[in-house]
Amino acid sequence: MESASSSRPASPTTRPASPRRPKYYDLNLAHLPPPGLVSIFHRVSGALLFFPILPGLLYVLQMVLGSEESFAGCREYFTHPLVKLAVIGMIWLYAHHFFAGIRYLLLDVHVGIMKQPARSSAIAVLVLGALATVAIAWRIW
Amino acid sequence: MKRYIKTPVGAHYGLGDWLLQRLTAVVMAVYTVGFLACLAMHAPSTHADWKAVFSGTFARVATMLFFVALLYHAWVGMRDILMDYIRATGLRLALQMAVGLALLLYLIWSASILWSR
Repeated sequence: MESASSSRPASPTTRPASPRRPKYYDLNLAHLPPPGLVSIFHRVSGALLFFPILPGLLYVLQMVLGSEESFAGCREYFTHPLVKLAVIGMIWLYAHHFFAGIRYLLLDVHVGIMKQPARSSAIAVLVLGALATVAIAWRIW
Repeated sequence: MKRYIKTPVGAHYGLGDWLLQRLTAVVMAVYTVGFLACLAMHAPSTHADWKAVFSGTFARVATMLFFVALLYHAWVGMRDILMDYIRATGLRLALQMAVGLALLLYLIWSASILWSR
């Protein structure tokens, strides 16, 4: 009954997907190696920078450059500790996206593409992102 | 000269998008460093200080260039994310349109902030 189909060797493109193909989803970030962490944080930070951080930033820019009153209101708003905390979080997102992006630009021109340098540069990105955030947080607190 | 000819498939904008995403990244990285240096040098604190930072033509054009680069960079990035996770074509196209529209509005908004005074 399967004479026609079994006479031909199954090619990867025409073979139907196995219904019980195993899937390995490990969504625990702690199990990711540093390059994987840099990658997923780069993606998540990019999405968050697009929304809601960018419209928020534009709104703040509008308030700051608008009038004396809007500037004063903005200034008062930023004295609130929770707002400062949120701003520091956003700064980390930007800093990480910045340093991870520079790492990807270097990888694109084949700088540090071997396993060990790529791992070291990923750790460097995570450390630099954190350091830059701490430095700016210390300035604005 | 022997040339590599591949089967003509796809819309061929992939490589251009990939390259422009990198170019726009460089533009924004340079602006970021320059902006931070400017903040460190002038340390603006009052309303007048902040207005002065963005009053020069160079600062306005550079900031506008940053936002144009950001428009394209975020478009490629968000489209990649949507193509990876949203498999229903209709929903994906709707979300891509929303992203594109939002980015255009951001661009117009930033121009109006920089030049409305």
